[in-house]
Amino acid sequence: MTEEMIIAGFGGQGVLSMGKILAYSGIMEDKEVTWFPSYGPEMRGGTANVTVIVSDTRISSPVLQEYDTAIILNQQSMDKFEKAVKPGGVLLYDPNGIVNPPTRTDINIFKVEATKASVEMGNPKVFNMIVFGSYLKVRPILSLDNVEKGLAKSLPERYHKLIPLNLDAMQKGREIVEEVNVV
Amino acid sequence: MGEIKLMKGNEVLAEAAIRCGCDGYFGYPITPQSEVMETLMAREPWKETGMVVLQAESEVASINMVYGAAATGKKIMTSSSSPGISLMAEGISYLAGAELPCLLVNVQRGGPGLGTIQPSQADYFQAVKGGGHGDYKLIVLAPSSVQEMNDFVDLGFELAFKYRNPAMILADGAIGQMMEKVELADYKPRWTKEEVVEKNGGWATTGKPSSRKKNVITSLEMASNDMEVRNINLQAKYRKMEEEDVRYEAIQCDDAEFILVAFGTAARVCQKAVEVARAKGLKVGLLRPITLFPFPKTIIKELARKAVGFLSVEMSAGQMVEDIKLAVYDAGSNARVNYFGRMGGIIPTPTEVVEALEDKFSWELSYGVKRSY
Amino acid sequence: MDIQDIIKPENLVYQKTKLLTDTPMHYCPGCSHGVVHKILAELIDEMGLQDKSIGVAPVGCAVFAYNYIDIDWQEAAHGRAPAVATGISRVNPDAFVFTYQGDGDLASIGAAEIMHACNRGENILVIFINNGIYGMTGGQMAPTTLEGMVTATTPNGRNVELNGYPMRITNLIAQLPGTSYVTRQSVHTAGGVRKCKKAVKKAIQNVLDKKGTSFVEVVSTCNSGWKLSPVASNKWMEENMIPYYPLGDMKDSVKGEHSEN
Repeated sequence: MTEEMIIAGFGGQGVLSMGKILAYSGIMEDKEVTWFPSYGPEMRGGTANVTVIVSDTRISSPVLQEYDTAIILNQQSMDKFEKAVKPGGVLLYDPNGIVNPPTRTDINIFKVEATKASVEMGNPKVFNMIVFGSYLKVRPILSLDNVEKGLAKSLPERYHKLIPLNLDAMQKGREIVEEVNVV
Repeated sequence: MGEIKLMKGNEVLAEAAIRCGCDGYFGYPITPQSEVMETLMAREPWKETGMVVLQAESEVASINMVYGAAATGKKIMTSSSSPGISLMAEGISYLAGAELPCLLVNVQRGGPGLGTIQPSQADYFQAVKGGGHGDYKLIVLAPSSVQEMNDFVDLGFELAFKYRNPAMILADGAIGQMMEKVELADYKPRWTKEEVVEKNGGWATTGKPSSRKKNVITSLEMASNDMEVRNINLQAKYRKMEEEDVRYEAIQCDDAEFILVAFGTAARVCQKAVEVARAKGLKVGLLRPITLFPFPKTIIKELARKAVGFLSVEMSAGQMVEDIKLAVYDAGSNARVNYFGRMGGIIPTPTEVVEALEDKFSWELSYGVKRSY
Repeated sequence: MDIQDIIKPENLVYQKTKLLTDTPMHYCPGCSHGVVHKILAELIDEMGLQDKSIGVAPVGCAVFAYNYIDIDWQEAAHGRAPAVATGISRVNPDAFVFTYQGDGDLASIGAAEIMHACNRGENILVIFINNGIYGMTGGQMAPTTLEGMVTATTPNGRNVELNGYPMRITNLIAQLPGTSYVTRQSVHTAGGVRKCKKAVKKAIQNVLDKKGTSFVEVVSTCNSGWKLSPVASNKWMEENMIPYYPLGDMKDSVKGEHSEN
């Protein structure tokens, strides 16, 4: 199994930390993992993206032209990465702020109203965990047990009291993700 | 099995330094490697192992702090990125001239000048051909994963002390910023005072006891004859490195007609390019030099006897390609050597590499293989 | 009384300290370096510091200092001695580390390194030989060259409009909270030598007591560079150098404390 994915959105949306939790969860399952961010000034408020690769075997290129999965959280990223999803791959997005939704018919498209749900949950910070939960529903590449362990590993201990909240957010994501049929 | 963690390449450098018994780190912040010192400062190793960490006023100062501390026979390191390494060039030449073991890290970014903070491999020449003044060589290790960032800290020190020579880890911004699964080494204690003397054979300036003559660390010889002898000895040492410490990885080279040659991040890209090319029916392999000096000439010569062509894939305008050409020429082979790369902080994609291969060797691919002997 | 009677051991009143090697010094006759070397060697011996001492030689006339004092030495790149000494001292906190630098090395090319080493309060001794000229490379202008002074690169005298002003770097050093003892001495008279030795001794003791950086400037002659006889050089120094670089302690405190200048 190799999952090559990109998570792309605005800085501050938790793009990088979502990738980090995914990578840590992969380690808990004895997988090889690579987490490769765009870095530099763009991380401060501009667009941010991270490539995450989880694999049973040694990982080659951290730089990819095509992805099995793209998680897209703003319009700029949609413009850039919709076309980069492999045929038959997955595009997961939050429709909030998306003016031009995806149109490809050769990929599996899912949407999750994570921005809206995080506001409803009264904590916009759990936004990325809602998205993460919906991703794992769509692409169950890792067991939820290991994801919980990965979450504990990637959070400093003083934040461990927030683990239940994060797990709730992931559950929310699982519940509200829906497949989009492009016609 | 050691502790498994998810860490950035830069963070791992710091962790590996502490664990391998490093005595001191002197550095100056520069993107994309500032996490090295940041991690060290947060870890406060002086409380744990006694390792010293100091932020210098400049790279000029930090490399000279390395000189002073390394001359006392201890395990000393610094890290920087391209423009900072240029500033250190003077000090590195002195370290090489005075034969001081130490570990230098260059997490390369794009140049020339202030350039870009994005990853690059354009400091290849600077690292393997000298970089500062005079005839000298560094031992240059090119990690292509976070795990190798970890492993090469200890290996770098080992080789540095084996040869009394500075060793450099030549990484790039991608490896520095990337997080991967890494198995950390177990802690090794720092050398005791007695071990410092014992391991170094007594050359270090540790304070002169009455039992020995004074030790002087210098690269200066006023008499040309003496200076030539020093140079001859240095060159002999560099030849010994070429005989004993070449490291490389050959992936699917056995039946390959075309060999991609790449190190560091570019090698990771090429690994995927090999998969893509093989899926298209092209017999492509990858030679990944791990030591850039000493350069793996012998294996290139061997491969040149049966390969049709070599493609040097670099994140530069084509630097290592010259060394490949020299080795192929030495082998008397008529294999063609080409270069493909991106510059300015851009990492080529695997697809680009395969397209470049097909383009540059279109004649060989159209008219069949012409083996060379 | 013949010579054999005079050289009997019981008549010995003075001898070269054993820490000064028998290597003939390359310094010009009349140069201050030899005297300062002697002071250092005597003090390292008298204070029992030979096996703790690591000296850092500069680029300049004192580049071969390591040939003359029988301790471990490192030769630094031009101006970088304070950084080199920082490295040594940080990983060998019990060593007695000193730099020995000239005015070109310390105040020009190495101005950043000396400022920051002193500002960090490195536990090192800095000996600063100020003779207002680059002796080794053939008498070019130093940052400390006096206004109007003729050198190889100021053949018509130092013009402050063109070259800037003679730098009293020791006064700047004294401002830095990392320094403990900052003083300016000379060795052109017997009294001066005694005073200078006392100052260096105090500076060494400060380093041993980890009080911060101690800094001893020695206003010196360079009769070759100045193109004067040794005697005339001493006189010229008294009349020209010392008025601009007045002798005396500038600071005597411990690291972290501000002092009045």
